[in-house]
Amino acid sequence: MTDVSDLRDLYQEIVLDHGKHPRNLRKPAEANRIGHGYNAMCGDKIDVYLTIGGDGRISDAAFQGQGCAISTASASIMTETLKGRTEAEAKSLYESVHALCTEEGAVLPDALDDDTADRLMVLAGVRQYPMRVKCATLAWHTMQAAIDGQASEVST
Amino acid sequence: MSLASIDPRSRNTRVNRTVERIRQDFPILSRQVHGKRLAYLDTAASAQKPEQVIEAMNRFQREDYANIHRGVYALSQAATDRFEAARARVARFLNAASADEIVFTRNTTEAINLVAHSWGRKNLKAGDEIVLTELEHHANIVPWQLIRAETGAEIKVVRIHDDGSLDLDHARSLIGPRTKLVAFAHVSNALGTVLPVREVVRLARAVDAAVLIDGSQAVQHMAVDVQALDPDFYVFTGHKLYGPTGIGVLYGKSARLAAMPPYQGGGDMIERVTFERTTFKPAPHRFEAGTPAITEAIGLAAAIDYVEQVGFDWIGPHEDELLADATRRLLAIDGLTLWGTSAQKASVLSFTLEGAHAHDVATILDQQGVAVRAGHHCAHPLMDRLGVVATSRASIGLYNDPVDVEQLVDGVTAVKRILKL
Repeated sequence: MTDVSDLRDLYQEIVLDHGKHPRNLRKPAEANRIGHGYNAMCGDKIDVYLTIGGDGRISDAAFQGQGCAISTASASIMTETLKGRTEAEAKSLYESVHALCTEEGAVLPDALDDDTADRLMVLAGVRQYPMRVKCATLAWHTMQAAIDGQASEVST
Repeated sequence: MSLASIDPRSRNTRVNRTVERIRQDFPILSRQVHGKRLAYLDTAASAQKPEQVIEAMNRFQREDYANIHRGVYALSQAATDRFEAARARVARFLNAASADEIVFTRNTTEAINLVAHSWGRKNLKAGDEIVLTELEHHANIVPWQLIRAETGAEIKVVRIHDDGSLDLDHARSLIGPRTKLVAFAHVSNALGTVLPVREVVRLARAVDAAVLIDGSQAVQHMAVDVQALDPDFYVFTGHKLYGPTGIGVLYGKSARLAAMPPYQGGGDMIERVTFERTTFKPAPHRFEAGTPAITEAIGLAAAIDYVEQVGFDWIGPHEDELLADATRRLLAIDGLTLWGTSAQKASVLSFTLEGAHAHDVATILDQQGVAVRAGHHCAHPLMDRLGVVATSRASIGLYNDPVDVEQLVDGVTAVKRILKL
């Protein structure tokens, strides 16, 4: 029996759950911001669909695509996290998640509710796997491109 | 490569050809990764180097280094001799008719680009056809697409069967009077399929088409005789043959090379330069502009010495045995699919695990000390053909042993446990 405790940080229950049963895996007809993401290293593709209402808040976030457990879970968690937020808040979340995945000791903004913070914190597990950071950030890059109205595919 | 090919007499001439002894030649194999024994199963991407190669390069740099084809001083002359001896060593390895048929390049990719840009530009025109296969590495696709854009030549692709073997009937129907070049892998990097070289060459010869064989995944597994196989061009890279990076080989038949214009211009490839006109050296030097990878050429010659000292009569059966063992044990794992099950196969195991992405598999295997490649293996069209995004690929080299296979199988079991599959 090999010791696998160090992998628990990356493949936590919540990541496995979102990876196997992704939330908001659909293509909403009313989406008005769409981003296309591509990870050239592994061939993962993702489309992110945002519906931004008249009040400037994200009323729906969804995605489609195929990828590894990490990228799927990250996309799934992201769509759950974005609802009700403004474009500026969403972009700021992107910055926070990126820092969380790449910088030792990075913390999430205090303003986040505990439930959201707990869900996002699991993504910090990729920190010790530099080759996998792009898996965790692809959906977030794509979300940002969707908000910016970037028509072309973003690559990580 | 079957057990029947072992010649018992040649076996007796070499003592101590055991994997335990061979592993001692590779310093890196004694290190640990993540605190675990390293099971290096990514030789198809790049092979580890034996002490003999490391030492040959080290000694040359320390004691004998100088530029070549220049100086009249002793060191330069000796370095030139070593470099040209390396060329002759490669020629013997491939059984080329002459060392002049061996051009040193940076790698396989550069060798194919050389042929595409030099031979292709001169010989291809609109309406001509280049025949490739679905198994090709991007290195044997993209250079031809660049030449297609320039010349208007067309690319035709020979299909494969579901087991990863080449559809020879389809090859027969595609190779015709418009075919000017048939370019294909000797062994598929992603699946391990050994292609029916003689049959394909025969089809090409029947329509007077040139043949390029990408031997990157073949030369480390089997003896290659370019006079017997009879391609116009045969290419491979040093680092997959237990040699250094930065050195590759283009074998070209003398008549072909002699009729080809230079690929790059510069020093070392010229006879006489004036601002009005330059005359070029004959092959192979015409294709080697600038100072080449001298130390790496010497390293490659040492690698060839090493591989031939171990002997393909030992390497073939050794790798086949591990391949058969790994195949049997992996197939016993529920949810695992093996891609590429052709009867003619080199020691490459490409697999997917139901419910797991190849990158998750490789990350978890890495934590167990098992190094495998995960992804598309620079073969997008093949992945599309198979209908998979990515596979994990374990590839076996001469230094792998049954413990490596066991570690792989245990690792895949750990993947299933961690991902709760």
